[in-house]
Amino acid sequence: MDALIEADRLSKKFGKVQALSELTLTLPAGQPVAILGPNGAGKTTFIRMVATLIAPDRGTLVVNGHDVVRDPMAVRRMIGLAGQSAAVEEMMTGRENLVMVARLYGQGRARSVASAERILDQMDLVEAADRRAKTYSGGMRRRLDLGASLVGSPRLLLLDEPTTGLDPVSRNEVWDAVHAMSVHGTDIVLTTQYLDEADHLATSIVIIDGGRVIAQGTPSELKSRVGADMVELHTIDVPTMQRAAEVLASLGVAEPSTDPATRRCSVAAPSGSKLLPVVVRALDDAAVPVEDIALRRPTLDEVFLALTGHRASTPDSDPTTPAKDAA
Amino acid sequence: MTITLDPPRQSRPTEAVTNQGASFLVASGQVASRTLKKFVRSPALLIAGTAQGLLFLLIFRYVFGGAVSHTGGLSYVDFLVPGFVVTGVLFQGMSAASGVADDKEGGLFDRLRSLPIRLLSIVSGRVGADTVLVAWGVVVMTAAGFAVGFRVSGTTAGALAGLGLTILFGFAFVWLFIALGLMAGSPQAAQGLSFLVFPLSFVSSAYVPVSTMPGWMQAFANNQPMTQMVNTVRLLTGGPQAQALLGHPVSYYLVPSLLWTAGLVIVFAPLAVWKLKTT
Repeated sequence: MDALIEADRLSKKFGKVQALSELTLTLPAGQPVAILGPNGAGKTTFIRMVATLIAPDRGTLVVNGHDVVRDPMAVRRMIGLAGQSAAVEEMMTGRENLVMVARLYGQGRARSVASAERILDQMDLVEAADRRAKTYSGGMRRRLDLGASLVGSPRLLLLDEPTTGLDPVSRNEVWDAVHAMSVHGTDIVLTTQYLDEADHLATSIVIIDGGRVIAQGTPSELKSRVGADMVELHTIDVPTMQRAAEVLASLGVAEPSTDPATRRCSVAAPSGSKLLPVVVRALDDAAVPVEDIALRRPTLDEVFLALTGHRASTPDSDPTTPAKDAA
Repeated sequence: MTITLDPPRQSRPTEAVTNQGASFLVASGQVASRTLKKFVRSPALLIAGTAQGLLFLLIFRYVFGGAVSHTGGLSYVDFLVPGFVVTGVLFQGMSAASGVADDKEGGLFDRLRSLPIRLLSIVSGRVGADTVLVAWGVVVMTAAGFAVGFRVSGTTAGALAGLGLTILFGFAFVWLFIALGLMAGSPQAAQGLSFLVFPLSFVSSAYVPVSTMPGWMQAFANNQPMTQMVNTVRLLTGGPQAQALLGHPVSYYLVPSLLWTAGLVIVFAPLAVWKLKTT
């Protein structure tokens, strides 16, 4: 069997917080995998365990044939980790940062310089190579951090929320970089809170919540389980929202749902974007004014609602996520 | 619940990559050089620490100094400068604590610990760099001491020994501050260590003679490590006047100083390594 990661009943507690609860998972090599879940689901704990940074309380975790507890050094020899915060030294240049990590991987001086050069090229940082990382944009810093995790040509790349905190432009830059790596043949396991990110970067998605696996599959498999896209509209007041809901119901596609608090009304769109002009025309014929109308994909919250029957816990609603360790 | 994903569809290149990892010395050197580069390239760090030290020196030398008596035949500047330089390692050490807390929070230690290098090389690199910074601070503050009138009355060899002992003492305190910095968790929390630094530096023989303090305070001041090392260095630099003031030979203070130095390393080195491991 060609399993890259085999987790068997992994459990980990931080104080009173059960970060992982008998998590069992087998990931084969050769596919970019996204671990998707809300804050506090156990994503970071799992990634940190694979990276040998924390040991499980119970259960076993084998990475490419090596047990993370019994032989952490063997695991470290073949992984690259880019954690949640870009761990680059701001007062060093991009090149210096990469050479340092290459040296730590055990490469000689000349080879480290060559590796750094290759990564700078791959991460599109050649022009900024000799500037201090302090002057980099958020996206460049993230790319440099990703590059540092790649400088040892790892067999397995671990990315913990690679785009959290980035603006949309930087996010796209990082997405492109990650995509390039997976094409290059590096195995990638990444965590994310965003369904669209998992969809974009991974061919397999594992959804975890409350420290255990709740679903897995390809993006399209999961989406078909969750339901189709939605047409969603906003209205100026509640009576208008109700009239809009009547119009949507009259189309006979699906039962519309309404949210008076946000004066929002939505209906499932199994035929995708084809429904949008139909809805617009029907509303226009009925003279129902709308503020905004859009076709929207299911959110992570809706995925959770569909798969678990409860909404994804958010940092605000979940008091049990005090530390990033538990995230 | 057991989940198995589909088998891989594409065949992946199986280039054999083995990262043997850097040797202990190379790894320590890389970690140390990173900390030193950061320091040298941050003018704010460089200037703020030095300026604060100089300010302290000037205040004690010229503002309080005139009012301090009970220094026997030793002039106040010759009394003060050994104390000022030795306790300076505490302030330097505090920046080591916030430095490691910063590294921890910024994810640097996660990166380093995920690499195929020994944990001890990470700590020793950091300690090595911070000891260099302590040594630098000691040399700068000693030079400042000379600038405000400090002179060595003992032998040059004794004075140099005092300098070396101070740096060794600083090395021991670096272990303490690195362990505490890792325990503090955040740079802000590490600032809280000033509650440790101020009593150790001020409730000692560094700035004023202990004999003028209330009895209960003397009990602490006389027996804490700073006083032992301050008096050792004072005897090594102050010649017969220092001898007359303190009334003991160098060994009386040197032995406890060295015991403290060894004790700090024995207690805090394993603690620092353990904290890093369980971060």
